[in-house]
Amino acid sequence: MTELLQITLLSLQISGLATLISLGLGLPLGTLLALGNFPARAVFLSLVNTGMGLPPVVVGLLTALLLWRSGPLGGLQLIYTPAAIVVAQVLISFPVVTGLTASALQALEPRLRLQALGLGASSWQMVWLLWREARLPLLAALMAGFGSVISEVGASMMVGGNIRHQTRVLTTAIVLETGKGNFGLALGLGGLLLFITFLVNWALTVVQQRGRRDER
Amino acid sequence: MSAEFLQVQALEVWRGGKLVLPPISFSLERGQTLALLGPNGAGKSTLLLALANLIPLRSGTIFFNGQALARQKPLLYRRQIALVMQDPLLFDMSVKDNIAQPLRWRGLPQAEIHQRTKQWMERLGISALAARRAVQLSGGEAQRVNLARALALEPQLLLLDEPFSALDWPTRSRLLDDFSALLAETGTTAILVTHDLGEARRLASRLGLMFSGKLEPPGIPDEVLRCPASAQARSFLGL
Repeated sequence: MTELLQITLLSLQISGLATLISLGLGLPLGTLLALGNFPARAVFLSLVNTGMGLPPVVVGLLTALLLWRSGPLGGLQLIYTPAAIVVAQVLISFPVVTGLTASALQALEPRLRLQALGLGASSWQMVWLLWREARLPLLAALMAGFGSVISEVGASMMVGGNIRHQTRVLTTAIVLETGKGNFGLALGLGGLLLFITFLVNWALTVVQQRGRRDER
Repeated sequence: MSAEFLQVQALEVWRGGKLVLPPISFSLERGQTLALLGPNGAGKSTLLLALANLIPLRSGTIFFNGQALARQKPLLYRRQIALVMQDPLLFDMSVKDNIAQPLRWRGLPQAEIHQRTKQWMERLGISALAARRAVQLSGGEAQRVNLARALALEPQLLLLDEPFSALDWPTRSRLLDDFSALLAETGTTAILVTHDLGEARRLASRLGLMFSGKLEPPGIPDEVLRCPASAQARSFLGL
């Protein structure tokens, strides 16, 4: 029971941190891609959109190559640590948050920016207003980012190594128990994973829909 | 003193490699209302955005209060004006917050924000809607909030892009009466884009006709209507 709690908490910590980092990086970059007017904008948008569909196992492979003891970032000694899983999960969820942020802001009435500036908003105040206006799809971006990492297994397995009490998370534990033929335990862990994912998304949905209900 | 409050000299705007506003010059004294009248696509809204410093100028100079715009910080200039667009484009918040938000952007004290918000909701007859969300308003109510939001800023220059065009006639007539009285009372300098001659005559002390990006020299409305400067103007006015 203690081990199950530890695995569950570690899963939440790793995926929660990865989602927050992705939000910190993806919100500004997605905003820049949506509102900016620079030559390579379309190329960057295409790259981000491609990144939204990156297979976790490929991300795991690339992260492992980077963090491997003889790799370029091997000196950091991160391979087979929770930090390595966070790095891999950020690479998975960051394009999701960035792409959905850009799409949410591009869906707003384009003249809203001009209207805010024409009423004396500074650039930052204008961006803050647009984030507020797009808060429902932005929360959906956050949920999608979290969903993309809490449920992935390939990258966590490859860079975390599924080490008991250290890097074992719910998804890698499910793979292990299935491999051992412990289908009952694997199913239980799967149910727990679904329940936790539901709880987190339910909390975010309540926040999201509160804004919507106020409009009526 | 009749020094020009706003002086536009050879202002030229290009968009997407195309000339959309050939050199335009005109001036306006404090307290005057200039109506820019012309058919759709004449460049009236583009001129308004250029005057709001929201699109880049290819060349030309705008003097505001005797100072070249290029020498002023864009934000400081934009905080002395207010832009009202054709669609209300209200923010997704309550009526009261919509009016208060641009005042908050200016960092005004809370008491002053409250007082101005209350005052302008009363002046525009929308106090009863204070707590209502913007999405729940009718077209006429939304436009009143839009005008209150701009007027609460007590701008030195009010730029209006066809704010009454989407309203039904009774609503429009009532709002025009109210707005005309408010302009006279506050002495606000304004530039109004419209394609409605009646609206222009009702609100403006100066009238400028625009065709294909070119602005004919603005003058007193009755004079412009009596002696149009071009065949295009005569045709547009049905003379």
